[in-house]
Amino acid sequence: MAEQMMAADGRPLKASLNRALRRQKIRALALIAPLLLFILISFVMPIADMLFRSVENEIVENTLPRTVVALQDWDATSGEAPDEPVFNALYTDMALAVEYKSHTRLGSRLNYETTGISSLFRKSGRRISRFDTDAYTDAFTAADPAYADPVQWAAWMDDDALRAKLPLTTSAYDGWEKMIVEAEGDVPTEEQPWDFVYTALYNDGVNGAELPIAVDVSQIEPVSIRAQFSDVDDDWLDPDVWQTIKTYSPTYTNGYFLNSVDLMKGAEGVEQRPENERIYIVLFIRTMIMSLSIMGMCVLLGYPIAWLLANLSARTANLLMILVLLPFWTSLLVRTSAWKVLLQQQGVINDVLVWIGIVADDNRLELINNQTGTIIAMTHILLPFMILPLYSVMKTIPPSYLRAAKSLGATNWTAFWRVYFPQSVPGIGAGCILVFILAIGYYITPELVGGTKGVFISNRIAYHISSSLNWGLAAALGTILLAIVMALYWAYDKIVGIDNVKLGG
Amino acid sequence: MKITMKLMATSCLTLTAAMANADGHMANEMTIVSWGGAYSASQQAAYHDPYAEKTGVNIINDESSAEAVAKLRAMNEAGNVTWDVVDVVASDAIRLCDEGLALEIDADTQLADGDDGSKASDDFGDLLVSDCFIPQIVYSTTVGYRSDMVGDNAPTEICALFDTETYPGKRSLEKRPINNMEWALLCDGVAKDDVYDVLETEEGQAQAFAKLDTIKDDTIWWSAGADTPQLLADGEVVMGSTYNGRLFALIEEQKQPVAMLWDAQVFDLDGWIIPTGLSPEREARALDYVMFATDTQRLADQAKYISYGPARKSSAPLVGKHAELGIEMAPHMPTDPENAKNTFLYNYEWWADYRDDLDAKFQAWLSQ
Repeated sequence: MAEQMMAADGRPLKASLNRALRRQKIRALALIAPLLLFILISFVMPIADMLFRSVENEIVENTLPRTVVALQDWDATSGEAPDEPVFNALYTDMALAVEYKSHTRLGSRLNYETTGISSLFRKSGRRISRFDTDAYTDAFTAADPAYADPVQWAAWMDDDALRAKLPLTTSAYDGWEKMIVEAEGDVPTEEQPWDFVYTALYNDGVNGAELPIAVDVSQIEPVSIRAQFSDVDDDWLDPDVWQTIKTYSPTYTNGYFLNSVDLMKGAEGVEQRPENERIYIVLFIRTMIMSLSIMGMCVLLGYPIAWLLANLSARTANLLMILVLLPFWTSLLVRTSAWKVLLQQQGVINDVLVWIGIVADDNRLELINNQTGTIIAMTHILLPFMILPLYSVMKTIPPSYLRAAKSLGATNWTAFWRVYFPQSVPGIGAGCILVFILAIGYYITPELVGGTKGVFISNRIAYHISSSLNWGLAAALGTILLAIVMALYWAYDKIVGIDNVKLGG
Repeated sequence: MKITMKLMATSCLTLTAAMANADGHMANEMTIVSWGGAYSASQQAAYHDPYAEKTGVNIINDESSAEAVAKLRAMNEAGNVTWDVVDVVASDAIRLCDEGLALEIDADTQLADGDDGSKASDDFGDLLVSDCFIPQIVYSTTVGYRSDMVGDNAPTEICALFDTETYPGKRSLEKRPINNMEWALLCDGVAKDDVYDVLETEEGQAQAFAKLDTIKDDTIWWSAGADTPQLLADGEVVMGSTYNGRLFALIEEQKQPVAMLWDAQVFDLDGWIIPTGLSPEREARALDYVMFATDTQRLADQAKYISYGPARKSSAPLVGKHAELGIEMAPHMPTDPENAKNTFLYNYEWWADYRDDLDAKFQAWLSQ
């Protein structure tokens, strides 16, 4: 057996080497740890959290927990609104939601799917405290004063046997107790339960449960909660409203994603949205086409400039470089606003064209508030992102190659096309990726100069984040946009190869 | 489980940010959010400066009112409200109140009485459109036109917007349904009192869109209050809607060849709300501020700098001359009887209910 090699400290050399390597790895990890943590915490997690909203849909279940359960037995294809028990559950849920002020948010959420629900919830929220259910409260307290005693109620609701007998009452009382403490800051043993708890008690009684103090519920005049709701608004009897509530009751939904591609959930599965609401696919396609055009314009304009910069003497090149960098350092808003002044119908460019006589004064060109405006302004803004990588790659191509080609008999064009151009492709690749990915996500410039026809999908995302507050839809649109960029990047890697991209020498 | 982890990590992050912010938020500092431009300047002169002088509070201005609802909702979700007082329009105040994001105010105990001895609730009267809303000014959205581009045939009524034969050229309208839908119906023959009843129906909405379709290609859609004045000054549009104060500045301060219509002007309100979820000290200071900033004298003072009507009845007699131009301000107020002859009453409640529906439809219509 060969003798083991020993290190100076007497350990086996192999173990010692492994230890040193491990220590080195840990040190390397420790060095990048701050950055890794920073990226994870400030970048990856918030984005993941935001994207998660595209499928998250807890609001229905959280706001209307009892209704969601009661609705499970309802047949959506019956063409009829649900019966009394569902409305009873809705009454309890809504009465609580109004106190938490969460019913308007739920209304807004469901309104994304069926217009009109938002106003329905707001209206009902304002009216719910004036329902005729105080008749139940009066009837029970008249039958036995103990029913008006908060302490007595608390005692009943501590009794597990009683709780099991009165499922509706227990659920309503628990909700009420939680609300009284959380939203009102009161003590449950000092407050008489609200009307909806008595309504639940009545319903338990009608269902044949044994009440804590016997009351003949058949003597109490019933109040139809269904009629109460339909008095507020007929829409409560519209099965479409209930269909929407039922369809969107699960915790997770694909509704936002369907909406992002102009589809929706109908009674019989997924269907197309009405024609006047289909806008997103058009916008996605427009965003792609316009970003590609901007990228193409940048290559066309940027390539000769980069070539010139790379082939001039250092002094002149530096001077010209400043002309590229100066606009690059100028604020985005300033440059966009400048284009507004230049391009508008009474603007500098039109004035010059009229003065030269190319266009008639009463027929000035429409260069802004449309796609032309977006393409011109964004090409200008993104041009440096094309020129800089092109320049740094061209700088490394030895001029002697071109001279060699020519001395071997190539024409100028052949020399350029066969010798120079292939070597500049990595720069074009880098520039194209940069410009395209930046363009696809732009929203300030299109917003300012794009009018209604020259806006991108990102303008809709911004709109849903800050104006319509439909964050779920914004997240779904963002996810799709991200997926498209990834897919294109992957395709680029397959076709051109990402190794062929160079940002510098 | 992964999601829980993620959420926990995010909340840890917001918590750290909140703590950092709580430390950074000095005891004697408050953030007031408004709309910027001449409007914020008028508030600075009329409220902020005197209040800072009186109490030594350092006031930080934020100009995010246009996105106030979204930002307040986000702050509320993150559990870190960094704003103390926010200037919003009435419909946003109703929305924020409905969602529990704005503090409910008792006008008579938490706002100053009028100089003439009237209780605040009487002095503000109908303008207290929501329990959370502390009214400040009455402004109106109306139409300005280039007086040099309409020839001898100056428009006198709002329907000139839809009359592209008599008034060829571009128009600028706001990029949202409010006001545009109402004007479209008015100019399509719907009686003023029926506008909201008609707009409530599918057919009514289709009718309004059909009317707007007739000028869709001639319209530049604006989203910032400064857009229309700029477009008018450049001669890009022949007429456009905007706030009366902006037109006042354009006409009186910048002396542009622009005139304005006082027809079917849409009254709207602007005022303060206090976000919920502030610490007791910050809340008390915010309440103290709004009590100071909405008393009779302060509201009248603001009218020296901008042509918006004070929201208190008792302030009206105190409205004087413009601070720099020296012209009487009263005839430029939207509330002046001469200007208010043919106003359109904007229905906040209705818009609070239908905003979501119509916004979606309007945005889809715009994109097509």
